[in-house]
Amino acid sequence: MKKVYARPAYCMNCHLCEVNCIVAHSRSRDLFRAYKRENLRGTARLIVEERLPLSVAVQCRHCDDPRCVAGCISGAMVKDPETGIVYCQEDKCVGCWTCVVGCPFGAIRPGEKNGRPVPLKCDLCREAEGPACVAGCPNRALVFEERRAGA
Amino acid sequence: MPTLSLMPPEFSVVRDDNKCIKCLACVRQCGFDAQKYDAEDDRLYAIDANCVNCQRCVSICPAGALTIYKNPPPMRPNAHWTEGHLRNIVKQAETGGVLLTGMGNDQPFPTYFDRLLLNASQVTNPSIDPLREPMELRTYLGSRAEPVSREESKDKTSTPLVPIETPIMFSAMSYGSISHEAFESLARAAKAFGTLFNTGEGGLPEDLYEYADHAVVQVASGRFGVHAGYLNAGRVIEIKIGQGAKPGIGGHLPGEKITAPVAATRMIPEGTDALSPAPHHDIYSIEDLKQLIFTLKEATRYQKPVSVKISAVHNVAAIASGIARAGADIIAIDGFRGGTGAAPTMIRDHVGIPIELAIAAVDQRLREEGIRNRVSLVAAGGFRSSADVVKAIALGADAVYIATAALIALGCHLCQKCYTGKCSWGIATQDPYRSRRLNPEIGAERLYNLLRGWSHEIKEMLGGMGINSIESLRGNRLHLRGVGLNEVELKLLGVKHAGEGM
Repeated sequence: MKKVYARPAYCMNCHLCEVNCIVAHSRSRDLFRAYKRENLRGTARLIVEERLPLSVAVQCRHCDDPRCVAGCISGAMVKDPETGIVYCQEDKCVGCWTCVVGCPFGAIRPGEKNGRPVPLKCDLCREAEGPACVAGCPNRALVFEERRAGA
Repeated sequence: MPTLSLMPPEFSVVRDDNKCIKCLACVRQCGFDAQKYDAEDDRLYAIDANCVNCQRCVSICPAGALTIYKNPPPMRPNAHWTEGHLRNIVKQAETGGVLLTGMGNDQPFPTYFDRLLLNASQVTNPSIDPLREPMELRTYLGSRAEPVSREESKDKTSTPLVPIETPIMFSAMSYGSISHEAFESLARAAKAFGTLFNTGEGGLPEDLYEYADHAVVQVASGRFGVHAGYLNAGRVIEIKIGQGAKPGIGGHLPGEKITAPVAATRMIPEGTDALSPAPHHDIYSIEDLKQLIFTLKEATRYQKPVSVKISAVHNVAAIASGIARAGADIIAIDGFRGGTGAAPTMIRDHVGIPIELAIAAVDQRLREEGIRNRVSLVAAGGFRSSADVVKAIALGADAVYIATAALIALGCHLCQKCYTGKCSWGIATQDPYRSRRLNPEIGAERLYNLLRGWSHEIKEMLGGMGINSIESLRGNRLHLRGVGLNEVELKLLGVKHAGEGM
């Protein structure tokens, strides 16, 4: 399946992938409303890890055998059998954070939306046309492509 | 002892708090520490004194919340004591040093390209539509000394001509003065478009030898990175005598920029200053230059044309004549608007002559002496558009070198702080945190687009003149007319005034 791959050689630590992610997952899909009214700061579903001069955006790998799905006690976390996207059915989540503990990449963080627990994890913008982080990366440090296993 | 600084900030950074989303991209991207975030107060503020107006923060801000304004002159306006002079005096009073700067001459000297106009066909001879008719932009660089003959050439010292698909090449910018990413962008674009890039005096990084067939490999006085493999890998060898921004001045790359890969490419120890003196220590006459030219030709078995690059200076026509007679195949002339990574400000702004006058004078002199066919002329120094290119070719150049325009295409905003090595755009820096901001894939695309756009425009202008090949325009000054130029200027340029007929 197509996944987002980071190219650390070109990541310039601007964190605009996080900004684009937040806007893409906001109700308004508007930069100013997302930050100024919806208060979504810090809710990006990917995280730029820094050890300067290197930086790299870390996000869900949509594993073949995802531990977050296996460990989910409420059945909220699922892997779409057609697209391979691992995502959370937010209305079923009970906030036990087993998914957070289980993820070997640290790509899931606990979050909250409208008073309900929400795991903050990449869903490859499955309701939009391709990942917003890739589209908005000013230096093409993120690419959305299919790679052979082990590549 | 620290004293009161009399230097007020040159720029003001203004943030629109209604728009700012505090994503801190500006803080992370400013190479000069002009943006700060106070986590305790959750407040962003600008340190105006550090801002160089490189516009990186403005471009990266997703909210469009930033604007940079030029501050008014620090003292009462005075036509004689301009702001530039005041700032320079204050700076020198505080440092006691030579004023340094980057990029080309920014003083308001006349730009003759702006006083020259191009011809267009009307009724008596037809113009050509480049969308429907073939239009030839390929030109050949090198010596055309041999007369056309069916017999095989007996001259074993002639070198092959080098074709370029557009009369525009990337001028010398060394690895070290610019980042590997910027250097690679130039190499990739040159290869993709079928033109040449110039390694500058810093050698060719090993991982870029795949682009060497599109490289003009430079031999400067420091001889950095010069070895047999390097000479034989390149397409053209260029001996650098002078540079437009600093005629008569050598090069100096500070030790901080000599990182391990730069040191390996230059073949010097890491962290040492790379000094290339103003004179070549083996060239004190045209005869000495001839020796070097033929040494290089011998080293490459007469397979590489040799170019000699000089600054446009007062006696440039006679100098060029000597260079042609010394056996050079190409003469590159760099005008006083030529760029640089670092130069003494006073030299940059006050030494040299405009490229328009230099190229006209050299072409004229070589024609008069009957040796114009022995060399190709390459004009360099501040080419801003395809129209400048066309005018330079009509004045007598075979092709032009562009560098500042290429850097602008890569993101450069002419902040003139290349010499600090802090380039926020990842161009004139060796800092890995900054240089990774320039993805060579994107850079090469942007440069390719620039060449493509200019080449299209050149075809349109040629078509308008009723010419279908760039080589037919070379030195064809009847296609130029001067506006607002005096008699001496018109005579030197070899053009008639607007309104005069053929």
